[in-house]
Parts: sequence; structure tokens; C-alpha cells
Amino acid sequence: MATKLSIDGKEISASEGETLIDVAADNGVYIPSLCYMRGRPCLGTCRVCSVVVNGSIMPACTVRISGDMVVEVAKPEVADMRKALVEANFSEGNHNCPSCEKSGRCELQAVAYEVEMVVSRFPYRFPERERDQAARLIFLERDRCIFCQRCVEFVRDRETGRKIFSIHGRGTHARIDIDVELADRMPPEQAREAAEMCPVGCIIEKGRGYNDPIGKRKFDIRSIRERALEEDNK
Amino acid sequence: MEDTIVGDAVTGRKLVIDPVTRVEGHGKVTVHLDAANKVVGARLHVVEFRGFEKFIQGHPYWEAPMFLQRICGICFVSHHLCGAKALDDMIGVGYADGKQITRTAEKMRRLGHYGQQLQSHVTAYFYLIAPEMMFGIDAPPEQRNVLGLIEANAELVRRVVALRKWGQEVIVAVLGKRMHGISSVPGGVNGNLDTAARDRLLNGTGDLIGVDTVIDYAQDALRLFYSYHEKNRDMIDNFAVVPALNMSLVDETGNVDYYHGRLRIVDRDKNIVQELDYHDYLDAFSEATEEWSYMKFPYLKAFGREKGSVRVGPLARVNVTKSYGDDTPLAKAALERFHDYAGGKASDATLHTNWARAIEILHSAEQIRNLLRDPELQGNDLVLNPPNSDWTGEGIGVVEAPRGTLLHHYRADREGKITFANLVVATTQNNQVMNRTIASVADTFLSGQETITEGMMNAIEVGIRAYDPCLSCATHAMGQMPLIVSILDAEGKLVDECVR
Repeated sequence: MATKLSIDGKEISASEGETLIDVAADNGVYIPSLCYMRGRPCLGTCRVCSVVVNGSIMPACTVRISGDMVVEVAKPEVADMRKALVEANFSEGNHNCPSCEKSGRCELQAVAYEVEMVVSRFPYRFPERERDQAARLIFLERDRCIFCQRCVEFVRDRETGRKIFSIHGRGTHARIDIDVELADRMPPEQAREAAEMCPVGCIIEKGRGYNDPIGKRKFDIRSIRERALEEDNK
Repeated sequence: MEDTIVGDAVTGRKLVIDPVTRVEGHGKVTVHLDAANKVVGARLHVVEFRGFEKFIQGHPYWEAPMFLQRICGICFVSHHLCGAKALDDMIGVGYADGKQITRTAEKMRRLGHYGQQLQSHVTAYFYLIAPEMMFGIDAPPEQRNVLGLIEANAELVRRVVALRKWGQEVIVAVLGKRMHGISSVPGGVNGNLDTAARDRLLNGTGDLIGVDTVIDYAQDALRLFYSYHEKNRDMIDNFAVVPALNMSLVDETGNVDYYHGRLRIVDRDKNIVQELDYHDYLDAFSEATEEWSYMKFPYLKAFGREKGSVRVGPLARVNVTKSYGDDTPLAKAALERFHDYAGGKASDATLHTNWARAIEILHSAEQIRNLLRDPELQGNDLVLNPPNSDWTGEGIGVVEAPRGTLLHHYRADREGKITFANLVVATTQNNQVMNRTIASVADTFLSGQETITEGMMNAIEVGIRAYDPCLSCATHAMGQMPLIVSILDAEGKLVDECVR
């Protein structure tokens, strides 16, 4: 059922039940996110898409449109909060963009540019999470994981539907893990899909990197904002 | 004078230059004088520790050329290529197995390398070294810098800036960025040279000179050197003449090849005293360490620590090389003039390094011009993807970086994790000969002097700068780094101090 809402004072028509982050994008309002993938179930893990809905802060990927919503995206306080969440991701891991092979096609890096992050306001934790290269096609750089859980939910064994990736431990002890037996049943195209799905350089394909010259990398060609707002993403 | 340094028991004074200025990285010099003010020891200390060889361990092997180029902000292309060559070996398409990457890939790598050599040499020669040529070793420090050059000859500096910018743009065309870009991947490169970039470099644009102008400007370095040499022949030819073997990568004709070849070592009479496949470097070289420096002292095992130390870089390369090809006629003529002047011998004169560097600026420019006109740079056969069965797990790459022979050696486990890395950089190879230079200059300029002037101390820095050392790579503070000369008595008590 059609309804109306306002985003940053602009009146918009939408259908009840639609996801707020999609409706915003369809109306030219970019809301950054690191876990949400349009067309797939909401994960709500990164909180980077937080906006103000009827006075409360909520992740836009978890909000379903209902009548008479008043949404604030550009409000300086909430924009700074989104920026802080992005900065926290950098502080929680070891993200060395200059030498990371995901640079130029990394969503965390791209979103950091979008929110105009310069340096994290939080102290860097420099975690030590052991790398895992046991799988045949996948190299796991655990220090770069932001625990978005895309891989956990969306990368599954094609025969059994079992999860290939999981998160072990809690809090600062949490780490991404891989079921090597199941991972080694992945065909190369699925391994590549998993690497592409990872918003950072945590899941990387073995033996492959830096294949696209600077200037021709994913976000060199079109920014993450343009990709989120473009027609073929709808 | 011996290379050895005096012990604590010697009574006298110790002079300290800390930091050495107008070089890449941080270092200091100490000079020991005895009670009669005679120099009894001098040495160059490298006071920084980097640790790249350690913290690359555990990373995926294909990250190495990208990661390790960050060791340097000047010669990063050399590190990038050296790492890529090592990875070619590792995946089974490298020279170690008698194989090689595609012609387009190799030429792209060479193009980026020549671009870097041009900009690096121009930076060192004009910004760091030329002030003494223009104003003299004794000139006031406030004049001996690039601002002094601008005041004295703005047109020359304008040409230098344009020349260096063009070299940087060659790097951009190949690696995508002026610094720390990406081009080489295991087995080849990730892109060819697009025709728009080629035409821009060949013909110039509103804000970029064209290649013909580049060739003209590239001769400024030689013009400046010839003029300086004409007026100061005795000083230049006799300033720190220090013995050393000369080493360079050479092609099958025995002439320098900056990208690939065999390592050739010649003595002063240009006799080949040793030649080796660089994959055998561990058999030929050993490294000594000293407690007073983070820089090692490599030497040829067959000749021992003293006689086996080698000189690398521009002077070594022109000493080893017999002739350049006919495709670089201006540089070829300049090299012949150098060889004629040296009387058929290898030159040991430290300041002839600047002459050699000027020749190489021109040589690089001519080589780039030739490559830009080569249609193979637009080829699409860019990278080899060998089967997993070709994996060797180990690789060694060597290139002639602007400062000399550079080596990267990696090992990785079967899963692709780097387990070992060794880097032998050009400045390390030159460590012993640089220390000899310092000792020679100190002996000439400081021995017997009661009062040490700023100009005397600068003479030591002039000797160091001739090598364009990259002491720890990529740290620059132009005009802001203090020079402190402390004179201590035998008990270590400060008796005089000069700060600028």
C-alpha cells in the first residue's frame, strides 16, 4: 500500500513494507552501509546506515516503511555518528589500504571516502588474529574482518546448504572462521563470489590480486555512492 | 687510512654530523681525532631500523611487490619490479627456470623503471648535489639548497622541475600513480600502455613537455658537470679516490641492463674478477654486521671483507659497461667521453659518480623515447598463468635501481604464505665504500685542523651525497633537518658545539 514519508524534509512516496535504505536510494539519497546487500535479507550488523526515524536512531536497512515516517539522514549529528562507526571499523582491525589488494574495490575504504574520514577518532587496537590459508582457494586475512556476516549467511555449500564461514568467540576474542572441508568443495567461481562479497580484504582468492590497474578498479570507475544510486542496482 | 674505527681508549676528539642532510633517510657521521688532531677513524652510522623483511612474513606472496615497495618513496618502482621478478620465479615463469614473461610485460616493466631512474637521478643530481657544484663546498648553508639554485638560475630549475615531472608522468602511465602504484603482478603486468598516455608523453601537452624537449633538458646535467669539471678538475678528480670493485647487472654483450642480466664484478683495470647468476648470490656474498650501524656490510666471499666490498650504482655501471647501444646515441657519446677521460680504467673518484649519474639521466631519457615508440607496449599478452605444478615456492629478483644493484629473495609455503624475505639494497652494497669515502674526506679536510669549520664538515656530506644513499628510504625534511657538530674531549665532555 502506498504511503508517504519525508527524508530530510523531502516528501517521498513509497510502498509500505519496503526497506528504508532502498527507498532512500531510489529517491537519490545515499545511505552508506557495509553489511546490507540489496535484494538479500537484512543483516543489520554494521549499523553504518544509521539514520533518525521519528526521533530514534535506527539502521536504515532494518526499517520497513510505514505511514508518516520522518527520516533524517543528513543531520550533522547522525552523519557524524555514521562516520564514527566507520572509524571504529578501522580501529578494530588492521586495515593497511596502501598495500591491501582490495584497495580500490574495498567497500570499507570506499565508504570511508564517502563519509570523509581522515583518521579514526578511536585508538587503534592492532588485533592479532592468525591468518588462515588452509583452504585450497581462499586466504583468510582475519585482521581485516569487520564481522558483517555476509559470508556467514550468504556463502553456503551448494549441496547441503551448510554454512562455510562462521564467527567463533565473543567480543574482542571474536574471529571469522572457515570450514576447510566445505570450502574446498567450492568451485572457483563461488570462491570468487565470496571474495567479491566480502566488503573488505578479509576473504581473498589465492594467487590473485592487483589485477586491475589503478584507474580501472571497481570504485575508480564509479564510486560506491553512484553504484548504490544507479538504476541497475534497483 | 684504514676502514677500522678506533676504540674507546684513544684520547682525542670525536666529531659528529647528525643527521646527514640532503640524503634520503637518516644517518650520522662520527669522526675521531687523536690528541694531535689527526683523523684516526671515521664512519657512517645508519640509525634507523625498518624490519620489512620480518613483517612481510605471513602475508600472501602476491602482496610482496606492493607491500615492499613501501620501503622507499624514491625508488619504489625498483622494489616493485624486484619483488615481481622474484614472484615470477616462485610461480614458475621466471628466469630461475629459464623462462620469461611476455615481451609486452617486460617492456612495460622496463618503461616504468626508466621513468623512475630519470626522476630519481634528477632529484638527486639537481636538488641534492648541484648546490655544491653551483656555489662550492664552503658556501653558506642557506645558499646550498634548492632555493639558492632558484635564486641563482631560475631557468635551470624550471627545466629541472619539468624534466622530473615528465619522469613522474612516465611512472603514472605505467603504475597508475606517481608513487606506490601497481603494475607488476606475478607472471607479468596488469595493463599495457594506452595510446593517449603514450602520445601525451611523446608530444607533450599544455602542462607537460614532450620527449624531444626532455632529451634536451636531460643534457643540462652533463652541461653543468662539464662546466664544473672544467673549473675544478683537480678537486673533482682527487676528492675521495677510494678503491673498490665495481658491480652491475650486464646483458649478454657485457653492458649494463637495468632490468635483467648476470652480475659482473670488475676491478680497476676492468678485469672481470667474478661473474654470476644472481640466483647464486648466497654462494658468492656474505654480510658482516657492526654494532654501531643498522646497515650491513656485504662482501664477496672469495675476496674477504676488505677487498671483497663492491661499489654499485652509476659509477660502477659506467665502469663495468663497455658501450651503450646505437639507439641511445647521445648517451653513448657521453659514455665514450667518460671512458676516454678515465683512460680505459675504472674510475675510483667519488665525484665522478655525479658525472656517471648525469650520463644515466640522458641514457634513461633516450631509452624511454625508444620504448614509447615501440608498438609492443600496446600488446595485450600481459600475464602468464602457469599451472600449479610449476610452483617453486622460492624466487630471487635483481634489478639495477638508481642507486645500484637491488635484490629481493622470498620463500613461501605451498599455501602461499611468505616464510622468508631478504632484501639487499644498493646503499647496503655501497656501505663499505661510503665509509672509505668518509674516511678519505675526513683525512684530507679535517686532519691536523684545530678549528673545524662548517665547510669542512660539509665536505664529508658531499662525499656521502655522491652515492645518493637511501639510508632508510623515503624520509625527507628538506631544509629543516639540523646539523649539529659536537666536539668532545677524551672523557666525552663537550668542548665546542656548532649548530645550524
